[in-house]
Amino acid sequence: MPSLTIDGREVSVPDGTTVIQAAEQLGIFIPRYCYHPALSVAGNCRICLVEIEKSPKLQIACNTFVNEGMVVHTGSEEVESGRRMVLEFLLANHPLDCPVCDQSGECDLQNFYMNFGLYNPRFREHKVKKQKAVQVGPHVMLDQERCILCSRCVRFTDEITETGEFGIFNRGNRAELGVYPGTELDNPYSGNVVDICPVGALTEREFRFQARVWYLSSASTVCNGCSRGCNIDMHYVLDRPHLNQGKRVMRVKPRYHGDVNEWWLCDEGRFGFGWLDEGRLEAVRGPTEDASWEHALNVIAKLMQEKRVGVIASTQLTNEELFLIREIFPDARVTASVPERPGSSDDFLIKPDKTPNTRGAALLGLAGPNAPDAEDIVDEAIAKKLDVLWIMGHDLVDLFGAEKARELSESVELLVFSGTNESPTAELAHWVLPTASYVEKDGTFVNCDGRVQRIGQAFPPLADSREDWRVLLDLARLAGPSLEWSSPAEVFRELSEAEGAFANMSYETISDQGALIPSAKPTEAAS
Amino acid sequence: MAIKVVRRPTLTLWEKTYLPQILRGLRITSGHFFRNLFLHTAHVFGRFKDVPASVTIQYPEQQRGLMSRFRSRHRLMSREDDTPRCVGCMLCETICPAKCITIVPDEHPNPTVEKYPVSFDINLGMCVYCGYCVEVCPEDAIRMDTGILDVASYSRDGMKLDIHQLLDPGLRKPIATCNLDFPHKCGVSGGEMKGSWNGSEGRS
Repeated sequence: MPSLTIDGREVSVPDGTTVIQAAEQLGIFIPRYCYHPALSVAGNCRICLVEIEKSPKLQIACNTFVNEGMVVHTGSEEVESGRRMVLEFLLANHPLDCPVCDQSGECDLQNFYMNFGLYNPRFREHKVKKQKAVQVGPHVMLDQERCILCSRCVRFTDEITETGEFGIFNRGNRAELGVYPGTELDNPYSGNVVDICPVGALTEREFRFQARVWYLSSASTVCNGCSRGCNIDMHYVLDRPHLNQGKRVMRVKPRYHGDVNEWWLCDEGRFGFGWLDEGRLEAVRGPTEDASWEHALNVIAKLMQEKRVGVIASTQLTNEELFLIREIFPDARVTASVPERPGSSDDFLIKPDKTPNTRGAALLGLAGPNAPDAEDIVDEAIAKKLDVLWIMGHDLVDLFGAEKARELSESVELLVFSGTNESPTAELAHWVLPTASYVEKDGTFVNCDGRVQRIGQAFPPLADSREDWRVLLDLARLAGPSLEWSSPAEVFRELSEAEGAFANMSYETISDQGALIPSAKPTEAAS
Repeated sequence: MAIKVVRRPTLTLWEKTYLPQILRGLRITSGHFFRNLFLHTAHVFGRFKDVPASVTIQYPEQQRGLMSRFRSRHRLMSREDDTPRCVGCMLCETICPAKCITIVPDEHPNPTVEKYPVSFDINLGMCVYCGYCVEVCPEDAIRMDTGILDVASYSRDGMKLDIHQLLDPGLRKPIATCNLDFPHKCGVSGGEMKGSWNGSEGRS
């Protein structure tokens, strides 16, 4: 454990640590372009120069290993002048098209230039022209002029995805980034190169020119695309409806979590947010024209007390909502075990189970081997053993065929569909209740590894839709002895007392890192 | 905060007698009248030319000139090929304190231009004429030098300028035909993208 001094503060780090990592432990940020903690060290951008005493020249912090008694200065005048010169070279061929560049506002080249830039540049030579707006793949746009050749993306495709699409071609000031001839950047993690690109060379084609980044608000949540539960930041704009045809969600970015997704996110999750703003259910639909929430809930509350009820819940719902369903329908046939077709998967992040909370539903007894199968419940309803059937978000036409779905809607007395988006099942239902999507409500999911993670509410529900937990609590209030709870946090407190797996957990202890359930090991339900 | 008490001036007895004050006022008014009458008549005969007399500007037939830095109604500048200079960077929309500028940008077919405004609207009913949009523009695409001051309308919608009026300040609503030769969201043709680049990939 060598100990060293960085900016007058002492720190002891394990052997083999680099200066940049040691500084990070002290909370000292050293500028970097090519260095990325997930990738091998390239040491080619030279911006992380630091002064090390008894060393004749400035050293790069990312590739200098710590030594006992090392004394490092990260902010001295010599260091700043070194960085200023490095930036001068990096900008020699960089076009100053920041106004039309999607990266501006979150660009490290801009940021570091603000700190130690040479505001009166000495370069008088013409900049080397390269190709702009090169479509290197289905999701990524390359601007060769803006590239500072840090090679992060090259190392990403070599080391993380091991697909090796990117390479740096030519030499000297004509060196340029590109994909190898005949290949395309179409691996399932291609969007990550945009995140790791420190400048505007690689940008998302989906987000291209949709909004300036400083318009975006950010909310941390958890991806609902599969049972991995990658931590994400949802970037949205509410106050400028003229942008992006009025859609609220602009893009999704991964949020670092060391045990779940690290820095990464698959393209399916990154670009699969269109349903949040397209084809949404916006108003309650019922047998009469003037359908309202109050009317619908009164009808359902009346029938659910007198009749035999079936509920096909969904593993898209949060633990709190599944718990509420279990509490409110004690005598009903309830399940969240729906035979969805498994999707694509790999050995990195993508899981075949495309719902975020199968593990949570299994812990609550609504999925897994002991839960009734959705198809059985549908069959019972068709055989008139159930009078009321509530479907939460599932498309029965897709699952069991149009014939069976129509038969179902004719045989039950009341078919309720609650969900976020239009679907053929919504057409068949007697009552359609619009509910909030996962970014519009608070709650928790349990991912495939048994990690309870909180999804915070990013923005209020669309139009007249309501959060499922609110609908269920309202219904409980109408149907019987009122439940005392009024928010997901209170429901979760009850849930943690009732269920051993969630014992001693609360929204505070879960925080932004999540909490593992005691018996955290992969189960059948998660696959 | 210090409070300064301002005393209202009280009328003296002489002022309270009323009629003398009326006559005093009439004396001032008629003094100006006869002075101007005399001076204008003298000017006609070429006398007292160096003594100025009051002049009434016959607005709106006559208008005073504006200072060159005066901020009047906005206009968008064009390139040589009559397409807007605006690159849709949205800095003006960002800086606008009244939030009266709305821009919808899109990809330009020419990769060296990259970005252009599909629509560019300014709601003059909200504009505070601060001129920040002009200052912030990196392309000198927006200016406030049309000299148009009489922005008035019978409806709130009439106060909203679209890209047609901004590119051609002579236009007045309703705009009959759209003759802009680049794809843009056009209120005239019902929000459709109108015009095309017609194989003009190379021009910038």
